[in-house]
Amino acid sequence: MSGVRLLVGTHKGAFILSSDAKRKNWDVQGPLFAGWEIYHMNGSPADPQRLYASQSNGWFGQVIQRSNDGGQTWEAVGNKFAYEGVPGTHQWYDGSQRPWEFKRVWMLQPSLTDPDTVFAGAEDAALFRSTDGGQNWQELPGLRAAKGHLWQPGAGGMCLHTILFDPGNPQRIFVAISAAGAFRSDDDGQTWLPINRGLISPGELPDKSAEVGHCVHNLAMHPARPGVLFMQKHWDVMRSNDAGDSWQEVSGNLPSDFGFPIAVHAHEPDTIYVVPIKSDSEHYPPDGKLRVYRSRSGGNEWEALTNGLPQKDCYVNVLRSALAVDTLDSCGIYFGTTGGQVYASIDSGDSWTPIVRDLPKVLSVEVQTLP
Amino acid sequence: MIRVMLPQHLRTLAQVSQEVELPVEGAKTISSVVEELVIQYPMLRGTIVDQVSGQRRPYIRFFACGQDLSLEPPDTLLPEAVVAGAQPFRIVGAMAGG
Repeated sequence: MSGVRLLVGTHKGAFILSSDAKRKNWDVQGPLFAGWEIYHMNGSPADPQRLYASQSNGWFGQVIQRSNDGGQTWEAVGNKFAYEGVPGTHQWYDGSQRPWEFKRVWMLQPSLTDPDTVFAGAEDAALFRSTDGGQNWQELPGLRAAKGHLWQPGAGGMCLHTILFDPGNPQRIFVAISAAGAFRSDDDGQTWLPINRGLISPGELPDKSAEVGHCVHNLAMHPARPGVLFMQKHWDVMRSNDAGDSWQEVSGNLPSDFGFPIAVHAHEPDTIYVVPIKSDSEHYPPDGKLRVYRSRSGGNEWEALTNGLPQKDCYVNVLRSALAVDTLDSCGIYFGTTGGQVYASIDSGDSWTPIVRDLPKVLSVEVQTLP
Repeated sequence: MIRVMLPQHLRTLAQVSQEVELPVEGAKTISSVVEELVIQYPMLRGTIVDQVSGQRRPYIRFFACGQDLSLEPPDTLLPEAVVAGAQPFRIVGAMAGG
């Protein structure tokens, strides 16, 4: 019987939430890696039993965990992330230059076709790849050659937080970095192009022609239409119809166009979801109402989805990797909050139910749709 | 055998109880004990000494027989009581946060 498995990373461990396709009753497994920060946990599209988890903390550094049985057992694999060559410097908050220094892995993205190939997005921003199931990691240094000296950290650090593969073109990879922008490779990660034309960040980046330095919070793509990208930027929700060569704002009637995550419906490439936050200095929903916003037109026209979500005195946030969709016929949408709730909708966002209410701060949510 | 006490998070990671015992060959130094520890428990590699810089992690401290050895050179010989197994070599996560 088909079902779904949610991989939830939190500030104090990981949790796996499982259900059959009805998505009414949930089994909660965890905490795994108790007490550690789990920035991200993800499954292989080629083998759903192969999972990877990024485990870290400020005392003991980075650990990468791997499971071959859907999260029942885990083993620590390679955790040496060495920048290629002389790492050089990037811009610091005050405009000075600072040496690249590895801090943690924000995102683990397994290959679409090979369970042993997995990409890691790091802070300080860089892209690493393993082709042996996470035992050894090699940087793809061509990314930092894309004006890396002008990249700068966002408030959360200078992190590579988004990795997208083009299902129709194995050579094409998209990544996003705060605060550097979005980048595309058309040669399997060897060379990279900044794809930030049309992004405007007057408050943070006065130079309107700046190729890099943009604080991109998240990217999303529908696998059937990989040339269309959606972006939640520091401010502004954006859309590209040409694989990132140019961007247009589609914030439309959102109550705030600041936010972190963005996602695309599994079966409707023009249905997208964001969770507006009041501002860059007030990371909580406007008016204390937790609302997911849905556009069925690929942006500009948005509707608030509130049924089942707290509409009073709610001041949680939804972080950039904490919104995900399943691929069941009735598309499920899931998100986790900084208050420890994980909400599920099994009707494309029309109504919501909390699966759990009291986890540690949720850092990431991924969904596996199981056969 | 050298007795080594690990902080809670590393005991969880290595799936061991409070203390481990290590058969360290040759000179019993800070670095030889830490290296033997990660040979016996490879999941700990990189969590005590950074793999790229080779430096002790900033929030890790080393103690033995009431002495703070954190700032001593890595080839510092451990006290006799540690070598004899009467006292443990302590790897401590520095107190930080609220």
